[in-house]
Amino acid sequence: MDDKQTVLDILKDLTGEDFSDNLDEDLYSSALLDSMGTVQLLLDLQDKLGVQAPVSEFDRNEWNTPAKIIAKVEAAK
Amino acid sequence: MRWYIPYGNPTYFIWLALAIIPLMIGLLYGHRFRGYQTIISLFFLILTFGGPNWKTGISLIGYLIYQLILVWLYSTYRQKKDTPNKGWIFVTAVVLAIVPLVIVKLTPLFTPGRQSIIGFMGISYITFKVVQTIMETRDGMIKEFHPVLFGQFLLFFPTISSGPIDRYRRFEADYAKVPEQSAYLDMIQKGVRYVFQGFVYKFVLAYYFGSVLMPQIQMRALMAHGFSWNIVAYMYAYSMDLFFDFAGYSLFAVGISYLMGIKTPMNFNQPFKSKNIKDFWNRWHMTLSFWFRDYIFMRLVFFCMKHHIFKSRTTTANVCYVINMLIMGFWHGETWYYITYGLYHGFAMVINDTWLRFKKKHQDHIPHNKFTEAFAIFLTFNVVCFSFLIFSGFLNTLFFAPKPF
Repeated sequence: MDDKQTVLDILKDLTGEDFSDNLDEDLYSSALLDSMGTVQLLLDLQDKLGVQAPVSEFDRNEWNTPAKIIAKVEAAK
Repeated sequence: MRWYIPYGNPTYFIWLALAIIPLMIGLLYGHRFRGYQTIISLFFLILTFGGPNWKTGISLIGYLIYQLILVWLYSTYRQKKDTPNKGWIFVTAVVLAIVPLVIVKLTPLFTPGRQSIIGFMGISYITFKVVQTIMETRDGMIKEFHPVLFGQFLLFFPTISSGPIDRYRRFEADYAKVPEQSAYLDMIQKGVRYVFQGFVYKFVLAYYFGSVLMPQIQMRALMAHGFSWNIVAYMYAYSMDLFFDFAGYSLFAVGISYLMGIKTPMNFNQPFKSKNIKDFWNRWHMTLSFWFRDYIFMRLVFFCMKHHIFKSRTTTANVCYVINMLIMGFWHGETWYYITYGLYHGFAMVINDTWLRFKKKHQDHIPHNKFTEAFAIFLTFNVVCFSFLIFSGFLNTLFFAPKPF
């Protein structure tokens, strides 16, 4: 499975929504993701993709859409 | 020579305007006069920490040297090749960074009525900046220790006394560049608007609620001995005063920063429109609540989830909410009413989350319309105002302090 699909699956688990056709949805302004969800997301990225992202790295303006998260993951690999 | 609390009186603004005009002309033409900015910063710091307050000025200098050495040492440790990045060294660095603040906060508890000699106005806000820098240095997000830039960040005079609490990486990026002329013109427009909005908030509305209305209500409440409707009136008047006073101050700090080409983050976003308590903390004293969210809450949750301390995600969130808000209570001061205020908000967050989960589960049966939204805003407003009544310490004066009459 590719990274993009893994990220989308993680997000689906967290928010209950499928973002495949909605890659630019703002996860924070639509309140789909909160601090708890964010930490879960970071831990899942670590467990499932081996991407180490500390809490400090987490800038809400840079990680706020599925597309941006996928780009971050691909850049970190 | 006169001495000023930042933004405390109109003359301070005249000094400000005179001092920043050359800086603004420079920025308009693509230059940031950093030397000049340092000189006026020193001038305004002396206005606040000099003269009769010279002792606090000495404390500030001592504090600054101490923190610079601490962050330099920690940064050097982290920059070493193959650094072991030990947890206990990180914890020690954070503890050492907050020791001066803890001493200042505890001193009145042991010597009632006296303030610690190492304290100065704004120490808690500078401490936030130091602690976050250490945390981001540990995470490898801040890779370099630059004493002058770090000093500029800590001592940025528009925000020195009460925030807003900026972030080092954000501040440094702004300070390093000059905004485009059109962007800067937009910042000037906003900055001027913020300062004038601040005048209305602080010198009209906060003055009315705080200096006209509140003393009268306070007197009546004290004369009534015990419970009376005056306490309710006090609660609302105090809440309005607290908001307009602090939001007014914050608007000055942000407005002046904008004029200096630095986008200090906003502190308030119409907090009394909040639909629930979580929404409220995203709108009230935002730089403080975001600091607590990013450097305490999220890290605590991360730690708990990684080490599977609690079985359920809900328990983790609830425990972390209460700890987070309790620490905020202690930060405000070591009195029963500040600590109760913290706990109250911690439990309010827990109740709020529980309700939201319940609502989501039963969304087909729970109505959601304009009226329920209006009710939610009304309820949140009152829950918040009641917390401010606790925070004000007035209940302490009413029921526990020696009676003045």
